[in-house]
Amino acid sequence: MAQTLDVLTETPSQTAGPYVHIGCIPSFAGLEGVYPEDLGTSPISDGAKGEIVTITGSVYDGTGWALRDAMIESWQADAAGRFPGQEDADPNVSGFCRFAADKESGEFTLRTVKPGPTKGRNGLVFAPHIALWIVARGINTGLQTRIYFEDEDNSADPLLARIEQRPRVETLIAKKTSAGAYRYDIRLQGTGETVFLDL
Amino acid sequence: MSDNGVLMPRRREAHPDAYYPDYKTSVTRAPSLPLLSMEATPSEETGPRFGHGLIGALDNDLIRNYATGEGLAIGERIRVHGRVLDETGRPVPETLVEIWQANAGGRYRHVKDSYFAPLDPNFGGCGRTLTDAEGRYEFMTIRPGAYPWPNRANDWRPMHIHFSIFGHAFGQRLISQMYFEGDPLIERCPIAATIRDRSQLDRLVAPLDMQNSRGMDYLAYRFDIVLRGRRQTMFENKPEGM
Repeated sequence: MAQTLDVLTETPSQTAGPYVHIGCIPSFAGLEGVYPEDLGTSPISDGAKGEIVTITGSVYDGTGWALRDAMIESWQADAAGRFPGQEDADPNVSGFCRFAADKESGEFTLRTVKPGPTKGRNGLVFAPHIALWIVARGINTGLQTRIYFEDEDNSADPLLARIEQRPRVETLIAKKTSAGAYRYDIRLQGTGETVFLDL
Repeated sequence: MSDNGVLMPRRREAHPDAYYPDYKTSVTRAPSLPLLSMEATPSEETGPRFGHGLIGALDNDLIRNYATGEGLAIGERIRVHGRVLDETGRPVPETLVEIWQANAGGRYRHVKDSYFAPLDPNFGGCGRTLTDAEGRYEFMTIRPGAYPWPNRANDWRPMHIHFSIFGHAFGQRLISQMYFEGDPLIERCPIAATIRDRSQLDRLVAPLDMQNSRGMDYLAYRFDIVLRGRRQTMFENKPEGM
């Protein structure tokens, strides 16, 4: 026998289920009036510095069907690469957004500022990206992934560099469709499966 | 800003399997390729913070937060309370906890819920609160009903409350479910069974807490939550520019 460790273990996850909207975005779910407004309706407010971008996409299951019941959260730095709460961060960037797939089409839209490169430990620099967390019925633990941008220099990004099968890097890169507009689809399973993260 | 330490990696073996055929919806929604693992970065180690200004007086009282006039939600009155800690055992103060649940008859107030149990006009089914300086939280609500759901021919969800917890870092983000001590449907639920390790599932079962119940008013259930911790060491390099 050895000494007992006093480290706890994270509470296990369970699926968010089909009614996650009631708890997280009740007004979207038709429960108006419980809260003044849903949390995280926009990651920016008027006056946010930087390029405003709109990212549109869908979350597809293994059969190619777009989920109608997914909820996504995003978290990002401001245009200078500073996270909210850090010194000199843009006060008009909350950095956090909650958005849901449309109940009819399954399409989501995220309107935000394009983040700047961010600095990590040991001198690592990450190309501009937005962290995503996806929950839905049938997803037992929330899925982490990232949006990178095709018109940024992603060549030295330490996370993308770790993807062995190079064509899979493309699953994390939003494609420009017009000025300030990008397409970014998430494929949960099968051909073109998105790279999901554990970090 | 000083380095608060690297987020401890998620212990995936304590979490549910992504692919679990008895939970049919997981079959087409589970990634088939491995997750890409690496040490957490600032995108996971920072996160949104919410202040007391967000929280309304009745936000953590589901018996009254959707009721009109003097009305109250129908059902067995319960108080659900506990602490949010991290893996080092430290309390997580001032963090947002959100819950949602079915009403006493097992029906959600959601357009997609077609179960014929009636809606309660005085029950919405969502609540939120911030933990205090010691990581404590509490809700007043009614005990949700069990309900049938379209999976196998006769599957029933045990009574449960959905929990969403933020922590202080986006990488701590967690959604889970609280079950009730003694519910025989837990054993029969394919969603509960997605957690392979029974001792981990037991951590989602809230015990009846008579000492924190109030006579002639409510029963209490205790539900503690643990979020990912941060590894404290003198040997990590400091992040640059933070």
